Amino acid sequence: MPNLRYWTQPCCVQYRKFGKINFMNITRFFRKYGWSYLFILPSMLTFVIFTFAPVIWTFIISFQKYSLVRGGRWMDPLWGNYVTAFTQTNGVFVKAIGNTLLYSASTVFVNVMLGLILASLIQPLSHRKRTFFRAAYYLPAVSSALLIGMTWAYIYNAQWGFANYIFRLLGLTPVRWLSDPDIAMWSIIVSTLLTIPATAVVLYSAAIGSIPTEYYEAAELDGASPIRKWLTITVPLLKSTTLYLLVVYTIASFEVFDKIYVMVPSGVANSTQTIVTQIYNSAFKDFDMGVASAQALVLFVMIAVVAVFQFRIFRSDVEY
Amino acid sequence: MTKPLTISSFRRITLGKVLIWLILIFTTFIALFPMYWLFANALTPILSNPPLTPVLIPAFSLSNFDRLVTQNKFYLQWMVNSLVVTLGVTVWHVIFDSLSGYAFAKRNFPLRNVFFWMILSTLMIPPQVTLIPVYLLAQNFEMLDTLWALIVPGTAAVFGIFLMRQYIQTLPRELEEAARMDGCSELEVFWRIILPLCKPALATLAIFTFVRFWNDFLWPVVALNKPQNYTLTVGIANMQGEFLTDWGIIFSGAALSAVPMIVFFLAFQNYFLEGVRMGAVKG
Repeated sequence: MPNLRYWTQPCCVQYRKFGKINFMNITRFFRKYGWSYLFILPSMLTFVIFTFAPVIWTFIISFQKYSLVRGGRWMDPLWGNYVTAFTQTNGVFVKAIGNTLLYSASTVFVNVMLGLILASLIQPLSHRKRTFFRAAYYLPAVSSALLIGMTWAYIYNAQWGFANYIFRLLGLTPVRWLSDPDIAMWSIIVSTLLTIPATAVVLYSAAIGSIPTEYYEAAELDGASPIRKWLTITVPLLKSTTLYLLVVYTIASFEVFDKIYVMVPSGVANSTQTIVTQIYNSAFKDFDMGVASAQALVLFVMIAVVAVFQFRIFRSDVEY
Repeated sequence: MTKPLTISSFRRITLGKVLIWLILIFTTFIALFPMYWLFANALTPILSNPPLTPVLIPAFSLSNFDRLVTQNKFYLQWMVNSLVVTLGVTVWHVIFDSLSGYAFAKRNFPLRNVFFWMILSTLMIPPQVTLIPVYLLAQNFEMLDTLWALIVPGTAAVFGIFLMRQYIQTLPRELEEAARMDGCSELEVFWRIILPLCKPALATLAIFTFVRFWNDFLWPVVALNKPQNYTLTVGIANMQGEFLTDWGIIFSGAALSAVPMIVFFLAFQNYFLEGVRMGAVKG
C-alpha cells in the first residue's frame, strides 16, 4: 500500500527518510537474520567453490582446448571435444559406457534383491542374532572399495589365487580371470555380486522393522504361508525403500572406479574401461582436460537422469 | 496363535529353518571370506609368491608386518597422513554441518528453502564430475601434492547437513527460547544448548565422515604425487608395483590399512547402522 504521507513530503525530506529507512531496514534485516546466514555461510561457500562453480567450469572446459599453462581456448567446432571423446582410439569411450551399463545392469538389481532377501531372513531371528548378522554383512563395507578390490584381485590371481585353486581341485583348467579380455569384466561383476550389499541389508532391515505387525497377524488368521505373507505384505510395503536403493546403487555403479583401478591397473584391451576410468585416463594420463570434461558431462547427464527419477519417487511416496 | 502340531508342519518348519540358516551362514561366509583370506595371508610369513595351496589357517606370525615397516619407509607416514586428513576433515564437518543443519532446522530466514534445495541438488553432482576443475583450483592455490588439497575441498557435505537437520528438528523449540530469555547470544544458544543435545547425531556424523575420508581414493590419487604425501589408500594401491616380488609386504600393508576401520566399526557399530538409516530418511 503506497505511503501517502511519504510521497507528499518535500523532496529533501524524502531523500533523508529514504536513506534512513533503507539503512534501518538493512540493520534490522541483519540483526534478525544475520546469524542464520552466518551459520550456513561456511558450508554454502564450500558448495559454491567446490561443487557449483566446478560443474559450470566442467561445462565450459568441455568446449575448450585446455592447457595447464596457458588456460583454455574455445575449440573450433565448439563440440570438438565431444567428437574426440566418442571417436578417439576406436571409440573406447563408447565401449566404456557399454561396460558401465553392463556393470550396472548385472549388479544393481541382484544386489538390491539380495539385500531384501537377507534382511527378510534375519528379521524373525532374535535381536542378538540379527545384530550379529547385520554386523557380519556390514563389516567388509567399512573397508575401502579399493581394499575389497585388492582382495578380489588376489582371489582372482591366475597363479596362486583362491578361485583357480578351487578350479584345480575340481579338475577344471585354470582361468586367467583378470587378464583375459573376454572374462575380465565378468570377473569384476562376479566380485561385486559376491560382495554382500551392506547398505541394502541395513535399510531393508530398518524398514521391515517398521511395518505394523497387525498386517501379518491378519494374514496369519487367513492362513497365509510365510512366503505368501512376504510376497503380499513385505515386498509391496517396501516399495519406496526398494526404489531408493535401486537409485542409489545405480548411481554408485555408474561411478565405479577404485575397484577397477586396482583389479586391472592398466586395463585389459579396453574390455574393462568404465566411464570414470576413461575420465581419469583422459585427464591425468593424456592431460586432455577438454575431452575429460566432455566425458565427465556425459556421466553427469546419466546420473542426473537417474536422480530426477529419484526426486519424482520421493514426491509420490507412499506412507503406511 | 498356536496351531495343532502335526508331523508334517513340524518337518516343514524345520526344513525351512535349516534352509534359512544355510543361506545365512553361506552369505556370512561369502561376506567375510575375502577379508579373512587377506588377514590369513598377512599373518603367514610369505617372502615371494604365495603358496599354490592357499593359506587358510594363518601362522600368526608378524614377520610380514616387520618387513613392511622396515622396508617400506613411508608406510607409517601414510598412516599419519591419512589420520591428519581424516581428522581435519571430520572436525570441519562436525562444526560446519551442524551449524548449517541447525540453521535449516530451527531458524527462519529469507531464501531458506532455496538454499536447502541448492544443497540437496549437490547430491546429483558426484565428485567425478567436478574432479577436473577442483584439480585446477587446487593447482591455482598451490595445494596440489599437499594434504591441504584433501582437507579443504571436503569441508561440508549434504549427508552431514541433512542428518543434523533431521536430528535438530526433533529438539523442542522451548529450550532455545528459554536460553535466549536468559540472555544467551545466538552463538551461545547453538554452542551451549543445541550441540550438547545432538551428541548422538554428531557421533554418527563424525564416524561416517571419518570412514568416508579414510577410504577415499579417487581424489587423493589425483591430487598426491610424492610417495611421502600419499594417504594409505593411495599408498597400498601403489605398493603392488613397487614390491612385486614380496607379496608378504603387500598383504600385510593392505591388511593393516583395514585394521583401524574394523576396530572402529566393532566399537561403534550402532552409530554406523544408525547413520546408514538416517542418511536415507526422506526430507
